[in-house]
Amino acid sequence: MNILVPVLIVAVMGLILGLGLALASKFMAVPTDEREAKIRECLPGANCGACGYTGCDGYAAAIAAGEAEPDKCAPGGVSTAKALGEVLGIEISSTPKVAFVACQRNSKEKYEYTGKKSCLSASLVHGGPLECQFGCIGLGDCVAACQFGAISIQDGKVVVCEDICTGCGACTTVCPKSLISIVPKDSKTRVLCSNCHKGPNVVKVCTTSCIACGMCVKICESDAIKLENNVAVIDPDKCINCGKCKNACKRKAIV
Amino acid sequence: MNSTTSIVSILLAGILTNNMVLSKFLGICPFLGVSKKVNTAFSMSIAVTLVMVIATAVTWPIYTYLLMPNFTYLQTVVFILVIAAIVQLIEIVLKKFIKPIYNALGIYLPLITTNCAVLGITMLNITDGLNFGLSLVNALSAGLGFMLAMILFAGVRSKLDTADIPNFLKGLPITLIAAALVALSFLGFAGIGG
Repeated sequence: MNILVPVLIVAVMGLILGLGLALASKFMAVPTDEREAKIRECLPGANCGACGYTGCDGYAAAIAAGEAEPDKCAPGGVSTAKALGEVLGIEISSTPKVAFVACQRNSKEKYEYTGKKSCLSASLVHGGPLECQFGCIGLGDCVAACQFGAISIQDGKVVVCEDICTGCGACTTVCPKSLISIVPKDSKTRVLCSNCHKGPNVVKVCTTSCIACGMCVKICESDAIKLENNVAVIDPDKCINCGKCKNACKRKAIV
Repeated sequence: MNSTTSIVSILLAGILTNNMVLSKFLGICPFLGVSKKVNTAFSMSIAVTLVMVIATAVTWPIYTYLLMPNFTYLQTVVFILVIAAIVQLIEIVLKKFIKPIYNALGIYLPLITTNCAVLGITMLNITDGLNFGLSLVNALSAGLGFMLAMILFAGVRSKLDTADIPNFLKGLPITLIAAALVALSFLGFAGIGG
């Protein structure tokens, strides 16, 4: 008889708790949008966070709630955006995006850095080994961050392979100089400098730097270029890739 | 000893001298797993503290009025059962009524369903013979101690990110060594509050 009591205690408690949970999940269930599950199925499930939400579940919930556009998924690209568009019943015209490093790394070195092979470590030593405080250090933190092997360093310069790059943006957060941005793949005219200092100082440190002379702004017919913080900025939505600014730039900072 | 001083000494002991992670070595799994960033470490600690206090509030009466004096050997199995159930219940209730807190703690709650730090504190309350009120204080202090350890260690780990570590120590080995050093430093608190 003695063994029955403890067995009953545990069994009854288990039963009560189980029933309690079952009832709780029934009566306190939060209604979920049916589309959310369908949207979630379309997403690749990489949980990379490139869309800006907490993983694919979070993004699916945001789309279902109408808070997010369906073209934010970088690894899924255009095909995922189209699939999402079908679920939502809207037309998607999305262009693929790629990472882009806004520096040609033509600055001289001001000292020889011999520490850990990491841009972050090097940037902590007097702002990095380059004369240009804004320039690419070139020790490959972005290469290590890229899950797709799309970034490599050739002759000390960071090269993004645009065919492999998914535009997930993992490299943008690790660059200590914040040189990497995600741009539309079909934008062929880009400013390859991020130096925010004024003209004369910029000329001193690098041969291919934007001195904010404004030539490109004047020559641009579609009004796509403006100067921000002493650097030319091209709006990819307005740019028609005519290439006039490339020829106008005396510093070869636009390619 | 009056009750105010005992509350203070329990709080001090839980946070510093008898720190859950660094002195009793309970809850090492989240300590190593969720301590990569300070903000996730903080959210996790809040969830652990919440569950510790609620679990104590539920298990103490169950032990005292149901299992005492004949079935005390059922302690472990009943406590695990109850803690797992209430963590699930907390999750459901939070999701329904307090969505912001669910969004902040949601992914951490399932992780601590059967966390040994939570089970540990409920069982230690019984072993130490604390009354109901002091048990709750003890659970709170253990949670705060867990939070202190997590945030300190998250800080240490963010320093490790930029350190030049030999290849054979990269990853978990250096993390464990760092954890040992942090635990060692907490040994300095031994003796405070008797």
